[in-house]
Amino acid sequence: MSPPGLLFATLGLAALSAPFMTLAANRIVAGEGVMAWAVTAPAVTLPGVAVIGAGLLLGLPSEWPRLRLAGSVLGLGGLLWLLMQGAPQLLEGAGDYARVSPAIGFWCLLVILMLLMADSLARMAPGPLARGALLAAVTGALALILWSGVLSQLSILQEYASRKAAFADAVLRHLALAFGSLATAAAIGFPLGILCHRQFRLRGTILPVLSFLQTIPSLAMFGLMIPILGWVGDRVPGAQAIGIAGIGFAPAFLALVLYSLLPVVGNTVTGLASAPPAALEAARGMGMTPRQRLLRVELPLGLPVILTGLRVVLVQNVGLAVIAGLIGGGGFGTFVFQGLNQTATDLILLGALPTVALAVASAVVMDILVELARPGSGRAR
Amino acid sequence: MRIGAILRPALVLLLLALVLKPAWFTPVFAPLAPEGAPVIYARSSLLSLSLSHLGLVAAATTAATLVAVTLAILVTRQAGEAFRPLSRTITNLGQTFPPVAVLALAVPALGFGAGPTLVALFLYGLLPIFENAVTGFSTLPPTTMEAARGIGLNRWQRLVQVEVPLALPVMLTGIRLSVVISLGTATIGSTVAARTLGEVIIAGLLTSNTAYVVQGGLIVGLFAVLIYDALVQLEAHLVRRTGG
Repeated sequence: MSPPGLLFATLGLAALSAPFMTLAANRIVAGEGVMAWAVTAPAVTLPGVAVIGAGLLLGLPSEWPRLRLAGSVLGLGGLLWLLMQGAPQLLEGAGDYARVSPAIGFWCLLVILMLLMADSLARMAPGPLARGALLAAVTGALALILWSGVLSQLSILQEYASRKAAFADAVLRHLALAFGSLATAAAIGFPLGILCHRQFRLRGTILPVLSFLQTIPSLAMFGLMIPILGWVGDRVPGAQAIGIAGIGFAPAFLALVLYSLLPVVGNTVTGLASAPPAALEAARGMGMTPRQRLLRVELPLGLPVILTGLRVVLVQNVGLAVIAGLIGGGGFGTFVFQGLNQTATDLILLGALPTVALAVASAVVMDILVELARPGSGRAR
Repeated sequence: MRIGAILRPALVLLLLALVLKPAWFTPVFAPLAPEGAPVIYARSSLLSLSLSHLGLVAAATTAATLVAVTLAILVTRQAGEAFRPLSRTITNLGQTFPPVAVLALAVPALGFGAGPTLVALFLYGLLPIFENAVTGFSTLPPTTMEAARGIGLNRWQRLVQVEVPLALPVMLTGIRLSVVISLGTATIGSTVAARTLGEVIIAGLLTSNTAYVVQGGLIVGLFAVLIYDALVQLEAHLVRRTGG
C-alpha cells in the first residue's frame, strides 16, 4: 500500500462529494453547484463517477507504478467524460446567456489525479527522451480534446470563441516577450559571465548589482521602465520608429531582460568555475590556449549549470510576462487583468491556465535539455 | 563592505521620509506628473498602505514558515519517507506556477480583497521554505548527529537542540526568497483590491501619472531591498555563530 496513494484516494473521494460543475445565469454572476452524479442522467454519470473511483483505487498499490499511472489516466478520462456529457445537458433550457464551468470538485480531482500521475512517474524515473515523449503525448491529447470541440460548451472556451484573434495575438506576444527576453539576456549575459569568470574584481561589482535588480518587485520594475523608455522615446531620434515608447511592448521587454541577467550571468560564472582543476591542468598540459580551454573544456563541463540558469529565466519570464498586460504590453496578462476588472472568472482562467501550462512545459523541456547536456548521460551514453 | 555602512542608513532614512513625509518630495516628482494632476498620492496615507502591505507579507510568511517547516520535519523522518518523492515533485512543479497566475486563480475561489492575496502569498511562499528546510534537514553532518545520539539525546531533543539550529541558516535562505517574492506579489494584489503599495503604482498606470508610478515603485523597491539585505545580514550572523 502506498501512503501517498492512500492520501490521494481519501482526498479524491472527498472531492467527488463536492460540486463538480456550476451553472450560472451569465458570465459574471456566481453559479449554482451541481454534483458529479447529477450533471446529467444517472445512466451516463454513474459510469463516469465509477471510473474516477476506480482510477483512485488503482493508485493504491505501491509496488506497481505502471498500474498507478494507468489509474491516473483512467481517472482523467472519467473527468473528461463527465464534463463533455454534463455541459450540453446542463445548458439545455437554461437561457441564452447561461454559462457552465467546472467547479471546485473538478479542479481538486484534476490536481489529485495529476499528482498521482506525477508520483507514479517519479517512481518509474523515466529518462530524458521518455519524458519528452510523455510531454508530447500529453500536449497532443490536450490539443486533440480542445480541437475536437467536445468541451466547447464550457464557459472558458466560450470566452475563447469570442476572442479568437486576440488570443492568437496574445500567444505570439507572450512567446515573444518570454523567449525574446531570454535570447537578449543570453546574448548580453554570456559574454558578461565569461568576463566575470576571468576577472575576479568585475564579479564583485556586477553580481551584487544584478541581484539588487532581482529584488525590485515586478510591478515596480515594469512601472519604472515606463518613464525611462518614455524619455528615451521622446528624446532619441528614431527610437519611436523602432517601437521604443513608455507604454507597451518595450518597457515590458526591458524589465524582463533586466530580471533575466542575474540567473544567466550567475550560472555562467558558476558553470565555468565548475570544471575540475585536474581537467584544466590537463588542458594546459596539452598546450591549449585560454580560448581553447574555454571552448573545449570549461564551456562543455559548465553547460548543465548554464542551461539551468536559462531554465530559471524562462520559467520566471513566462510568469512575469503576465504583468505586461497591465502596461499594455500584451500577452496572456491582458485576459487576466480584463477578467479581474470584469469579475469574469473564466476570462481570468483563459489567461492564467495557458500561462501555467506554458511555464510547466518550458520547465519540463529545459530539464530534459539540462539532463542531455550533463556529461555521461543521454547522447554520450 | 564600507559602502554598505553609509548606504544602508541613507536608504532607511529615504524610505522613512518617502512614507512619512511624502509632501517633501513634491518638487522632485512634479516634473513627472502630467499638467495639473496631483503629484503626491493622497487617496490614502502611504503609511497605512505600507503597514497593510508589510502586514500581509508578514502574516503569509509566518503561516508559510510554520507549515513548511512542519512538513519538512515530517518528510525527513523515517515515517514520512514515502512522501519524499511526492513532495519534491510538488515543490518542483509548484515553483513553475507564476505568482501572478496563483493570485489570479485564487480570486474565483475566494473573491476580491485581502483574502486571495493572503492565500496566494501563503501557497507560493511555502515552496522555497519547504525546499530549503528539507535540504537543511537532510544535509546535516552525520558525525554531529552521531554525537547527539551518543550523548543520549532522544529524538525530540535532537530535533530541537541539534537539527533545527543547524538547519536554521538554510531555512532562513528559503524564508528570504519567500519574503522577496511575497513583497512583489503583494504589489500585484492591488489588482484584486487588496490594500497594498501596488495601489499607488496602479493608480499611476491607470491615469498615466508617472509621478505615482515612481513614488510607489520607489517605496516598494526600497522595502524589498532593505528587507532582503537585513535577512542576508541575519543569515551571515547565524552562519558565523553556528559554523564559527
